[in-house]
This record gives sequence, structure tokens and C-alpha cells, in this order.
Amino acid sequence: MTLTRRTLTTHLALAGLAAAGLALPAQAQKKYDTGADDKEIKIGQIGPYSGPASAYGTIGKAIGAYFDKVNAEGGINGRKIKYVPLDDGYNPAKTVEQARKLVEEEEVLLIFNALGTASNSAIQKYMNTKKVPQLFVATGATKWGDPKANPYTMGWQPPYAAEGKIYAQHILETKPGAKIAVLMQNDDYGKDYFKGFEEGLGDKAKTMIVSKVTYEVTDPTVDSQMLTLKGSGADTFFNITTPKFAAQAIKKAAEIGWKPQHYLNNVSIGVSSVMTPAGLDNGVGIITAQYGKDPTDPQWANDPGMKDWQTWMKKYYPTGSLIEANNVYGYSVAMTLVQVLKQCGDNLTRDNVMKQAASLNLTLPMSLPGVNIKTGPDDFFPIERSQLSRFDGKTWVLFGKVYGR
Amino acid sequence: MSQGHTMNRQLAWALGALLVVAVCMLPFLVKNYRVFQFNLVLIYAIAILGLNILVGFNGQISLGHGAFFAIGGYTTAVLMDKLGMPYWATLPFAGVLCFVLGFLMGFPALRLGGHYLALATYALALAVPQLLKYKKIEGLTGGVQGIVLNKPEPPFSFRFLGQPLNADRWLYFFTLAVAALMFLLAWNLLRGRIGRALVAIRDHPIAATAMGINLPLFKSTAFGVSAAFTGVAGALGAVCVAFVSPDSFSVFLSISLLVGLVVGGLASIPGAIFGAAFIQFVPNVADELSKAAPWAIFGVILIGLMYLMPTGVMGLIGTLWARFKPKAGAPGA
Repeated sequence: MTLTRRTLTTHLALAGLAAAGLALPAQAQKKYDTGADDKEIKIGQIGPYSGPASAYGTIGKAIGAYFDKVNAEGGINGRKIKYVPLDDGYNPAKTVEQARKLVEEEEVLLIFNALGTASNSAIQKYMNTKKVPQLFVATGATKWGDPKANPYTMGWQPPYAAEGKIYAQHILETKPGAKIAVLMQNDDYGKDYFKGFEEGLGDKAKTMIVSKVTYEVTDPTVDSQMLTLKGSGADTFFNITTPKFAAQAIKKAAEIGWKPQHYLNNVSIGVSSVMTPAGLDNGVGIITAQYGKDPTDPQWANDPGMKDWQTWMKKYYPTGSLIEANNVYGYSVAMTLVQVLKQCGDNLTRDNVMKQAASLNLTLPMSLPGVNIKTGPDDFFPIERSQLSRFDGKTWVLFGKVYGR
Repeated sequence: MSQGHTMNRQLAWALGALLVVAVCMLPFLVKNYRVFQFNLVLIYAIAILGLNILVGFNGQISLGHGAFFAIGGYTTAVLMDKLGMPYWATLPFAGVLCFVLGFLMGFPALRLGGHYLALATYALALAVPQLLKYKKIEGLTGGVQGIVLNKPEPPFSFRFLGQPLNADRWLYFFTLAVAALMFLLAWNLLRGRIGRALVAIRDHPIAATAMGINLPLFKSTAFGVSAAFTGVAGALGAVCVAFVSPDSFSVFLSISLLVGLVVGGLASIPGAIFGAAFIQFVPNVADELSKAAPWAIFGVILIGLMYLMPTGVMGLIGTLWARFKPKAGAPGA
């Protein structure tokens, strides 16, 4: 009797052990690379907190503030985010040093939203050799979406080329016989836009584009370029310029009485930085493409996404500006990373981070309706949709359908 | 010869040998990232040494040595990228090109003194990063995007203290060898006739001319040699960082080199190393102390340092040495 009983206990104990044994592999499936463990996920970031581009520094701060919110609400799958932002002063040589510091000394899981095309170019080879994710970089160059050459690098915002393509599509739809003039900054950014625009027009590009002139960032004005473009007799104008030159071009067009249908790239649509100096009346009717909700746009005043953003700003980033689009950017991009880490579950390896980043399908509360984030193993461009909007003398008013894939 | 003198010499030899051993062991004791930082210190030391030849020894001011650093870096990057030259072979080209450009820059410098020269060189520092973006040479320089380079692999491998000789450690030793050569060159140049002539020009140009020193030649040569040193440093920098772009060489670099020069000590050869360590590490320390205003912290540290050591680190070491050194030739020794 006692013997049987003992046997029974033994059996039970063994069964218990076996059950525990079965549970063990489940636990062992927790997989980590450097920078992640049961309690913490370490995320590095590099941005221009000092130097000529320090206006962008607010993005990194907004990201940190969003992670604070995530941590306050319990973290991601029980793990807190440890955020390590470093300053590179917009100097690519310093970016290399800081990236090495993050990877080799701070031992982060990934580097998130490093800012600047040159800065990211400087570390791309290093990151891919080390197989550390260079995730959601803060630049719109098209070269960040090349999973074959650089499987550990991924962009986030719509690539410039994709935006150029949207304008081309709109022209083909509304004015197939347009005579187009192009003003373009002579660098990779300008060429990216133009390439997409040309591709969008397809075979008709050669006949439709009647004039294309460039300027250098170092030029004082684009006045003479504008005269050339007017002289070409074009009735449609694609303006690929950075803020200072965009304002000059809009103003000059009005002064010389040239009234083409004006398309302006998304880089230069700031109402205070571009449209006001150009003369608000001169800008009426200009078309651009947008993907995020503009905090100054009154139509979102009662939008739940906008309200959540404002609540978060007031609580976690009270020193930040409530009309600054870059704070929306930081909020949205941080949200995207949090989704990736959620999807990773307990498998926090660098390979799995890239795998999950390449299988996203979500809609962000601060994106325009219809604009989503979608990636795949061959699609490293998270945001590819935009909607057109027209300037009414005060703000940008959305119209028409959502373009892009 | 007193006994004290021999003792001094023995002490100097012992310290020197200890230093060599320490410098050679160093990369095997720390992480790769630190090795990379020490490598940058050596590179900045060469650049500051070059600047010191001009500013410290010859009394000409330059706010534009970042430009020569950039030209050196781009020379190496273009030669490696377009012609497939090995990294070590590009250094002489960078040095010679910068010597020529520096020598030419020396001519206007002859007519400009003091503050005017400072402004002219400042303009150089402002212009070079923009010229590098010029579209006619974009095929060579890569425009705003710069040039990405491959980091050189070590030609042989071994392990020491359980650490392998990897790319970073190899480059450290390579830079160390070049730095040693450059310091030796500077030392040879400056302690002899040429050095005395440069100092004489600095202290009293009229008297120097009266003594038969060819002022224009010496001043231009000093500019050329100084630029060549900084150019070699820039070339090493390009290899070490494995990337060059116009934004890497802003005016701020020129100012940093000048800060390093003053902190290390004007007209002091070893001071360059202390100055280099300062401009490499102190901004990082400041960044860790305050994210909001790292450069304010940097400024406070700089002011404090200048208050404590008005003649730079080497000035302080000199003063301490004079006070505490074993009394050579003292009565009874």
C-alpha cells in the first residue's frame, strides 16, 4: 500500500517534472541578441542635438518621450525600453564614432532613426557588416530600401522618388498635354525626386518636360533660373527645392507674372518657413503631397489621433512645441518601432527584428486616412502613400484620392 | 658630468621605454571602439602638430587647417576609390598635395598679418567643404554624399592577451608608426637651424631679416610643411573613419584643432598629444554631463583649464618639472 502510494507519488513527481520539462523548451525559446534580455531592450539613436541642423534634434527627444510613455504603461511584452540618444552634430565622421559607441560599448540591440543622408551613408556599411539593424532612418533618399544589398538598413518616410511619381500621376490624370518646367537642386535629393517624376511620366517624359534647370545649394538666388523656365512657355511647374529656394521661386514666379500649375515637393511646405516669406497670396493653388497630419491644420482639431498626440505631448514632452511637425514625426516613427518590437515577442534577435520590420501592416493614428505602413521581404519602404493637398492662402487643404502603393 | 645628469638621463630612458610598452599594449587592453578613439587621438595629434609648426613656432595664425585636413582626406579617398590604391600608398600624395597648396596659401599670408591672416584662413575653411560639392568634380568626390571606403584588413594576424589583431588594432599601429615618423620629422626640423629661424621670425621679423633669414621663403615653407602634416592626418582620418563627406570637415574642425593646440601648449611638440586627447574626449564627457547644452559644459571646462594652465598642458608640466626635478648639478650631488 505504502509502496504503491510512494510509487504513485513518484509517478506524480515524475509527471510534474515531465510537465516542467515540456514547459522548459517554451521558455528556452526566448532568444536574445546583445542589447535585449528579460527586463530591457536597449535602443540607440543618433541625431543632430547640436550644430547646424539642431532644429531636427526635437525628433530624438520626441522619440524618447514616447518611449517614456510606453515604459510607464508597462513596456513591451514586459520589457522596458532603455533609450540611448547620442549627438553627432550633423557631422558624418562623428556619426561613425557614435555608431561604434552604441554598438560596441553601449551594446544596443539596434540603432533607430539616425538622421541625415550623409550620416546614414557613413555608417551603412559598418552596420550591415556588424549585422546590427539600422532601422527607420530619418531621410527620404531612395537608397535605404535595398534589402538585397543592405538587409539591415530600412527607411521610413515616403522616398523622394515615390513622391515625384505621385505628381507625375496627377499631371497625367488632370492635364495630359501639359508642358512641364522643372527646377531642381543639383544633388542626390534633387535627382531622386526627378528620377521618380520621370518614371511616373513614362514614355511621355521626353515630350512633356520642356525645360529643366538646376541650381546649387551655394547659389544666392534662383531668379535667373525662374526667368529661363518662364521663357520656355511651360504651363506646369515642378519645384524641387529646399525651403529657402522654394520661397524665392514662388515669389519670383509671381513677380514675373508666370502662373503655371505649381507642384512643390513636401520638403518645403512649412507655412511659417516657406509660404509666409514667399507671400501667402503668391502660394495659393500650389499642390503638394502629404502623409502625416499637420498639427496646425484646423480640420484635425477634434480628431482622436491628434487629441492623443496633444495629451501625450503635454504629459511627456511639455517643453516641446505643439505646432511642430517634427514632434509628430518622432511620435509616429517611435510608434512604428514599438510595433516591430511587439511583433518580435520573446525572440529579440537582430535578425528577427529585421524580419518583423519587413512584415508590418499597420495604420498610425497621426497618418492621413488611407496612408498605411506596409513592408515585405522585398519592400523596405514602410510609407509609400500620400495624398495631395492645395494651399489656400492659409493652410494646406487635402483633396482627391490617396496615391501610391 | 655630474651624477645627477646621468640619473636624469636614465630616468628619461626608463620612462620612454615604459611609454612605448604602454602605447603598444593599450589596444589589446580595451574594446575596439576605444581603440578607434585612440586612433583618432593620434590622428588629431599629427594635425595639431602641423598647426603648431605654423602657429606655435612661426607665429602665423590659421583658422583654416580643417581645409587641409579635408583635402588630405579626400586625396586618400579618391585615390583609394577611383584608382584602387592601397591606403598606405596614398599618404605621400596627400602630404605633397597639401604641401603645395599650403605653400601657395603662404604667399597671400606674407602680405596679411595677424587678424587679417586669421580671416583669410577662416575663409578657406568655409570654402573648402562647399567646393567639394562642386558638380564638375562630383564624379571624383561623390558630391554631398561623399565616398565610402573599405577598412583595411591587417596583413597578418596574431593574438595577444587573448585579443586578435583586427582591423582597428592594425590601423592603430599603422597610425602610431606614421605619427612617430611625423613627430620625429618635426623634432628634427624644429630643433635645428630651420626651427631657430622660424622662432626668430615669430619673435622679431625685422631682426630675423637682418640676420639674413629669407622671410618669404621661410614663412611660405612653414605654411606648406604645416599643411602637409595636417593633410597626412586627414588622410589617416579618412582611412580610419572609412568615409569622407563635405559635412565631415566643417569650420568647427578648424576651430577644434586650434583649441587642441592651445590646450596642449603652443610651441611644444609633445603638447599636440594632450591637445588631441582633449578635443577627442572632452566633448564626449560634456555630452554625457548634459544633453541639453553639451557645448556650454565644454566651454566651462575649457575656461577652467585655461585658468589653471594658461600655457597649456605642456606649460604646466614644464613648471612642475622645474620645481620638482632631481636637482642636477646641485651642490653636494
